[in-house]
Amino acid sequence: MKTSNFEYPIAKDNDGKSIWKFLIHEFKPKGKILTPFNVISVPVIMLGTLIIIYRFIHGIGAVTNLTQEVPWGLWIGFDVVTGVAFAGGAYVLTFIVYILNNQKYHSIVRITVLNGFLAYVFYAGALLLDLGRPWNVINPIIGNSFGTSSVLFLVAWHFLLYMLAQLIEFSPAVAEWLGARRARKILSGMTIAAVIFGITLSTLHQSGLGALYLMAKDKIHPLWYSEFIPIMFLVSSIFAGLSMVIFEGSISHKVFFNQISEENHHAQDGIVRGLSRICAGAMFAYFFLQFLVFIHEKRWGLLNTPMGYWYLLEMLGFVLLPMLMFVYGYRRKSMNVIKTAAILTMVGVILNRLNVTVIGFRWEDTVRYVPSWMEIVVTLTVIFTEIWIFRWVIRRMPVLRDSPAWAKHQ
Amino acid sequence: MGLDRRVFMKTLGLAGTTLVLGKSVGAATKEKNSVEFYGVLYDSTRCVGCQTCETTCAEIHNLPAPTDAPEVGVVRKTNETRRTVVNLHKTTKGEVYVKSQCMHCNEPACAAACLTQAMYKTKEGPVIWRGNKCMGCRYCMVSCPFDVPKFEYHSPNPKIIKCDMCYDRIKEGKKPGCAENCPAEAIVFGTRRELIHEARKRIAAQPDVYSEFIYGEHEAGGTGEVYVAQVPPVELGFKTNLQNESYPALSKGFLYSVPSVFVLLPVLLLGIHETTKDNKNHQNEADENE
Repeated sequence: MKTSNFEYPIAKDNDGKSIWKFLIHEFKPKGKILTPFNVISVPVIMLGTLIIIYRFIHGIGAVTNLTQEVPWGLWIGFDVVTGVAFAGGAYVLTFIVYILNNQKYHSIVRITVLNGFLAYVFYAGALLLDLGRPWNVINPIIGNSFGTSSVLFLVAWHFLLYMLAQLIEFSPAVAEWLGARRARKILSGMTIAAVIFGITLSTLHQSGLGALYLMAKDKIHPLWYSEFIPIMFLVSSIFAGLSMVIFEGSISHKVFFNQISEENHHAQDGIVRGLSRICAGAMFAYFFLQFLVFIHEKRWGLLNTPMGYWYLLEMLGFVLLPMLMFVYGYRRKSMNVIKTAAILTMVGVILNRLNVTVIGFRWEDTVRYVPSWMEIVVTLTVIFTEIWIFRWVIRRMPVLRDSPAWAKHQ
Repeated sequence: MGLDRRVFMKTLGLAGTTLVLGKSVGAATKEKNSVEFYGVLYDSTRCVGCQTCETTCAEIHNLPAPTDAPEVGVVRKTNETRRTVVNLHKTTKGEVYVKSQCMHCNEPACAAACLTQAMYKTKEGPVIWRGNKCMGCRYCMVSCPFDVPKFEYHSPNPKIIKCDMCYDRIKEGKKPGCAENCPAEAIVFGTRRELIHEARKRIAAQPDVYSEFIYGEHEAGGTGEVYVAQVPPVELGFKTNLQNESYPALSKGFLYSVPSVFVLLPVLLLGIHETTKDNKNHQNEADENE
């Protein structure tokens, strides 16, 4: 493993002389091959690929348990709706660092944006698997049939544009990797514009994912349906994203230990504490909103039912409890409490998104949708493939480690 | 009658063009507005459950003929191989047949949900599905309050299957297959206004026979298919918890907020960015003191 004193071959060879040699070198695996993650993920990805091929030959019904009554299952409810919520960290952090100009969190922006970008590519990409007629996916883009009255139209466009914005935000890291000095200068200059555009898009499509379900008024359990779903989804994406940043950071700091400078290692605890405070604030706002809706819609009568207990578990066990833990962890400077709170929060967000999209969807039906094992394997395939690419990029580009010296003086 | 956003936009566009081009287009607008939605009136008191509508429908749309008959206690559902079904319900006034198919809402949730306009409310009234546009996302199925659109889950080239009120026949000036062939004249085709009028007339003429409701007059903002029957809708397996406002209205507020957010938020963000620029320099000291 090379240390922080990393070489940038193309930069050294005078901008791009031996680019092919460099790329071939870079595509070779770095790091150990027989890690526990590889041993688990490779068979899953292989199996998942077979299932995906089978799905395109025999139709969606051949691999999923979807029905005429429940047309959206795990692939939408978890992969897309939940995955995008977890990718929310990117827009929150770019807001803090580039809009509020708070440099404290600068060192974790790149990895968060990378994580967000890949999440969008893979989780929105997973949408293609769920489309019955994916060859028509370009229709709402190329303009021969704009369904402008559709929330999904908005979400689709925003996914696409936001991926572009995130790519621009991340592109200086690619330029540094390739040693492309002029490109880096130009791309860095576009960062603020991309950030502002990206935050606006995120605000609208994070809430838009909730707004998708507004028309399914009679199908979603009343404890999870209200006209405020879009706002709930937006506010919860703040702490969903930041909890993911805390969780991912605690893993990255172990796995990619060598990549991170001494200085950033020391700064990490302060960053995590800061994030836990923001999480607690956002969660308080969210909990309060949920409470207001609960009171306003007079939902007391629904509480003493199985779905009511389930609702209470989500709200008290996975929103209120982790919120208090974030506050406690922040005050006592306890990283373990904060990390546990982050994990609980993530479970809570998964629960919430699934409760709206799958568990609370047609809750009265006698035959309920339960995802098939093949849907679960494909979901794992999507996640594992994303982690593979994530790892590949981190091992090569200056994401966690410092930018090369030339980039700092630009 | 409130129309959906798309129609509103079209009218707006036409109005704009009229301002530019003058009289000739104005005349076209008038003509367009005079078109009324077609619909179908179904009368349970006349239906004998012969399934001719099902058979005709299957023939016209190249689907398999029905193999089962309406039966009390069995709920036959429309699916990817049948666009309409007749069910038999045991009610307080004896056994009553009810046909079900797409309701052809005035403001259809499916069409508002569709991001490619594959689901489309035609100006004649039928809600149709256009395969060359559809990407198979099934958002129409999630949104439809009547659970009408069905999906071919076991095909690599799946279609959305639903009643289209025999749109091709209507364009040729013919009636939908079911209305044309119903031997009991339980299915009447006409403009929605005429049908509501006819339904009221029947109820008023025989108040002891009919229950006093027209299902579809107000449900989900009004539907193209309207029903009269001997008993209230709740006894016939109809959805009775539907709102009277149209379903697209539920996401209207969100969609209308989009342009304002798109204009105002970037300006706000840029403003904050400019005013906090100085923070950058003082940052590190502040961190140490925390």
